[in-house]
Amino acid sequence: MIADRIQLLVLASVAIAVATVGYLRLGDRALNRLPQAWARRLVPWLFVGPALVAVGLVLVFPAISTVVLSLLNSNGTAFVGLDNYTSTLSNPVTQIALRNTALWVVLLPSLSVLVGLTIAVLVDRVAYGALVKAALFLPIAISAVAAGVIWTFMYDYQPPTANQTGTLNAIITTVPGTDPIAWIINEATNNYALIGATLWTQAGFAMIIFAAALRAIPEELQEAARLDGASEWKVFRHVTLPFLVPTVVVVMTTMTVIALKAFDIVYVMTNGRYGTDVLSTVMYRDLFTAKDNGVAGAVATILMVLVVPIMVFNLHQFRRESQKA
Amino acid sequence: MTTTHLPDVRSTQATRPVVVSVRRPRLQRLLVHLVVVCITAIWLVPLLGLLVSSFRPAPAVLSTGWWHSFALPGDYTLDNYRQVLDHDGMMLSLFNSLAIVVPATLLTVAVSSAAAYALACMRFRFRSGLLLTIVALLIVPVQITMVPLLRVFNHLGLTGSFLGLWIVHLGYGVSFAVYLLHNFFAAVPRELFEAAEMDGATKSQIFFSIVLPICRPALASLAIFEFVWTWNDLLTALIFLGGFRDVAPMTVAVSGLVASRGNGWEVLTSAAMLSMIVPMVVFIAMQKHFIRGMLAGASKG
Repeated sequence: MIADRIQLLVLASVAIAVATVGYLRLGDRALNRLPQAWARRLVPWLFVGPALVAVGLVLVFPAISTVVLSLLNSNGTAFVGLDNYTSTLSNPVTQIALRNTALWVVLLPSLSVLVGLTIAVLVDRVAYGALVKAALFLPIAISAVAAGVIWTFMYDYQPPTANQTGTLNAIITTVPGTDPIAWIINEATNNYALIGATLWTQAGFAMIIFAAALRAIPEELQEAARLDGASEWKVFRHVTLPFLVPTVVVVMTTMTVIALKAFDIVYVMTNGRYGTDVLSTVMYRDLFTAKDNGVAGAVATILMVLVVPIMVFNLHQFRRESQKA
Repeated sequence: MTTTHLPDVRSTQATRPVVVSVRRPRLQRLLVHLVVVCITAIWLVPLLGLLVSSFRPAPAVLSTGWWHSFALPGDYTLDNYRQVLDHDGMMLSLFNSLAIVVPATLLTVAVSSAAAYALACMRFRFRSGLLLTIVALLIVPVQITMVPLLRVFNHLGLTGSFLGLWIVHLGYGVSFAVYLLHNFFAAVPRELFEAAEMDGATKSQIFFSIVLPICRPALASLAIFEFVWTWNDLLTALIFLGGFRDVAPMTVAVSGLVASRGNGWEVLTSAAMLSMIVPMVVFIAMQKHFIRGMLAGASKG
């Protein structure tokens, strides 16, 4: 089996390389036999063609069909209008998922900015800055699945009489009279526990973006403010922070999209139990457990609609940037 | 006299050592250390706990916290790793992951570099419209595509095949990839291509012999991104591999263990460690490229 996988990997890689070179070289040569005006017009499409086909077949066309499916019944045989939307939106499971998704969208971006910015600003003031950066940096490469295992273990709960094997409960039970908390099962804490685990994997991204933005601020401005007797906080608040506003926006929008799409961590840590569902886990169950394409499509469409404002904003930013350039 | 004297005064005031080295109050410095150390601990302790637990014997993991093992030095074992690699099939999953991720990454880099070259360096109709579409598609939640794609895949018999997953990863990755590479390619000086074009080189010759060699660092950034991203993907593999164990990559295998082994922490921690090794090594070895890609991908997003 393992030998098969290696063979497949090597063959596929070679095939991709050969196909790419062959397609572009031969296509280019064939188009250049045409009259020059034609060739000039068609060559760009030779290059963008494969990407357009891939995006069209895997992203655009299925997305449109999902919206259509969401207006049909469970096996796609009859038009039911907005029934799937009204039924899923009146379902308490979806309502809890919407509430949780809102919680994710508020907390994940703001906490990422808080932690990322704090570390980016403070890290140069301590001698062990490199270690701090590495600590935040490493979890970026860790899958949400592994992070889910790591944090389920951190949050582990044992009855008050037993040895606490979860780090967090071992720490809080050192305070006399404190009982361990079932972080993941307790509905007052579990959503925060899941968001915290996600923050752990994402804060490094925010830190890197902020560190780069801080380096771009002219040093003289901060120096000048200090000379005028401003406190460190005032320098940060009135000189540094205004420069960072665009960066805060970038981190916020990126994290908002990540919060909206959240699936892996929830799937691994609770599978949506104990009131921790988010829209993606609801869609996954509608698709595989309930096998209702209509409702699954409706939930996916709701998710898409929530992303549209950010998409419009990004387009607006991109247009402005490219006009400046 | 006064006019020549003034600049002098200003320049002595501005010499840095005198004014700027005013030491921050002790309390403030202490607070900085406290905040930084706390955050660092929150980020490092879970990793340490995972690493230590994955080497502890099962009874010890289940009865005491991982920090107790420091009091009993020598009480470590490789049994957990043997168990997950042989009995739980993590070795096969490791190669499944590689067989999914390497071709998917190559495919994405190949397709998107050609497209990014055209979008950045050629003039043609709909060019800016295509770019705007790419930017719009950057953040589409992939969940919106899954229901119809799965239906088509079931129909074509692609469910459970690596080929199907390569195609899906290509489609999901290509808009980000084109966007990232476009940002890099657009910064290459035009004169480099124009000279070659004057000499009668075709676009594909310019692409392979000038653009790709010059932009090797950009391609490396993209490749690492795609590699780590695809390696860590769970949802796509879960949906399009049809739940067959013999094709499951690491992420699916580990999440399967979580479902079946619940509190078997000795198995879960070592399986999670194994699933992290490859992306960690790639990531640490090439972190410069990774950071550059991250900044280029985010700065204009």
